[in-house]
Amino acid sequence: MSVGRRQQLLYFLALHRTGLLVGLLAAALLVYPCLQDNPYTLGLTNLIAINAIVVLGLNLFIGYTGQISLGHAGFFALGAYGSAIATVTAGLPPWPAIALVALLVGLIALAVGIPVLRLTGHYLAMATLGFNFVIHTVLLEWDEVTGGPSGFSGIPSLAVGQWAFDSEIRLHYLLWTVTLLCLLLSLNLVRSGVGRGLAALAGDETAAAALGVDTRQAKIKVFVLSAVLASLAGSLFAHSFGYLSPDSFGIFTSTDLVTMVVIGGMGSIWGSLFGAGLITVLPEWVDLFETYKDFVHGTILVLVLMFLPQGLVSGLVDMIRIRIALQRTKNAAA
Amino acid sequence: MLRLDGISRHFGGLPALDGVSFTVPRGRVTALIGPNGAGKSTLINCITGADQPTGGAVVFQGRDITGLPAHRISRLGIARTFQNLRVFPRLSVLDNVLCGLTGQGGQSMIMAMLRLPSLRHRERLLRLRAMAALDCYQLGDKATWPAAILPYGDRKRVELARATVSRPDLLLLDEPVAGLNADETAGVGEQLKRLRAGGHTILLIEHDMTLVMEIADQVVVLDSGRCIAVGTPAEVRRNPVVLEAYLGQTEACA
Ligand SMILES: Nc1ncnc2c1ncn2[C@@H]1O[C@H](COP(=O)(O)OP(=O)(O)OP(=O)(O)O)[C@@H](O)[C@H]1O
Ligand SMILES: [Mg+2]
Repeated sequence: MSVGRRQQLLYFLALHRTGLLVGLLAAALLVYPCLQDNPYTLGLTNLIAINAIVVLGLNLFIGYTGQISLGHAGFFALGAYGSAIATVTAGLPPWPAIALVALLVGLIALAVGIPVLRLTGHYLAMATLGFNFVIHTVLLEWDEVTGGPSGFSGIPSLAVGQWAFDSEIRLHYLLWTVTLLCLLLSLNLVRSGVGRGLAALAGDETAAAALGVDTRQAKIKVFVLSAVLASLAGSLFAHSFGYLSPDSFGIFTSTDLVTMVVIGGMGSIWGSLFGAGLITVLPEWVDLFETYKDFVHGTILVLVLMFLPQGLVSGLVDMIRIRIALQRTKNAAA
Repeated sequence: MLRLDGISRHFGGLPALDGVSFTVPRGRVTALIGPNGAGKSTLINCITGADQPTGGAVVFQGRDITGLPAHRISRLGIARTFQNLRVFPRLSVLDNVLCGLTGQGGQSMIMAMLRLPSLRHRERLLRLRAMAALDCYQLGDKATWPAAILPYGDRKRVELARATVSRPDLLLLDEPVAGLNADETAGVGEQLKRLRAGGHTILLIEHDMTLVMEIADQVVVLDSGRCIAVGTPAEVRRNPVVLEAYLGQTEACA
């Protein structure tokens, strides 16, 4: 009887493993500020939360449709500057502004995606890089609206009633709530039939189409989804820091985002969180890395892609899965 | 079921298919045979939308499907396997087969992200169906393995399971036993017979003449992009044109 109980428990754990893991993470994040109240450290983990939102979307696009984008810092910028302009210049309330900006960015992504996603490989990389370059140039040059090189300041904090998210601790709870929601939505997506269609698309486009996946539409949909997530993250970034500089949205930000995806691994949702965390804190941990940040990130990117083209975390996970399966066959044969 | 009307496909002026016409009757096994380079795979690609014919029409259940994109044709109930295996190496065996049920898994990305109870329920049903299909092909105990590490014969059967799990109206198989050993060939042959007994309509490309003679109801012979004979296996076997173009050539090779 007790064996039955134990099996029931194991079955329960296995069945709800995703929900349980998310719950565990939520609990850890809930108590984190009690253990760590240094505002600087909290600011850093808040930045991880923001980056993770972008990386989740970008990993869906890169890892699940097998495409590449070097332009997501552009969507991030559109979200950030969009919220800044909507609230400061146009005087809209922040929350509706976030939704409105996300909608507009989604439409822009659709307009960019329809022609650009006909391309593949290097051409797609160049086209998205070009998009990022255009956005960055506009931020620098159109200074009546964007503040130009000196940046955009005075963006209000988000608030619910009288409760303003203006301290690091309060932002911690806001940002990680949003990040966990995005994590949950992404995990749900990849565990669904639609998600399997996307994984098939990443594996083999011809075969996916033969199984009924509308490959063109799927690429565009995920591109738009990832742009909307980047925009959301950008808006949160703007309201959290109150100040924007065009330097945060250059093409090296885009390559950093891709590095985070690659560290986490293609198609690994949990890995995205890890990649965002690692690449965000790396320059803070080692001074040398801060000076040569772009160089170090570039080297990591190249090394991982050379030795584990599936990405670091998911490449290792794949290796372990293969080991275990091979071990089992050997045992079965013996 | 399926009617081909003068299908042509030219690759830069060279005809790979040149006015191929025949019909695939419902509930029967039609074998498509012909020497290497005859255009058999090209024909399947033209039927499934992986390739577009330069001329002619493909009519499926009374509907002209010429030039439709591959996913639309697949959703009409036409499934296929590929000559050079196309399983998804990183996905587990079970997920590979579940990919064959993409059409039943829901289309809406937003619904998928919300994962409502109805969707979970459907997911469980699909899983059961996929497991049943795996059991048919003796792959049940390897369900969680990544497909990349399976031996060739198993991967071939995973692709077959993936193509049949949705119970398609028409099944196009491009050399399902190529590269398999005698035992595996016999196993796949049994499966094909079971599929035929279950009322599936199959178009089968195969070089293995024993298998073709055993399970085909109708044989279509293709040579250099032309359809040179259509008939029952016995008729085709006696046809002098076929003997010369196809059987004679393979004997010369052997
Ligand atoms: N994409 C392509 N571009 C140019 N020529 C092609 C292409 N695909 C096929 N061909 C040519 O079309 C002809 C028919 O090829 P196909 O693959 O259909 O032959 P097959 O009957 O399937 O042969 P096999 O028994 O070897 O599989 C061949 O001569 C091949 O070289
Ligand atoms: Mg062929």
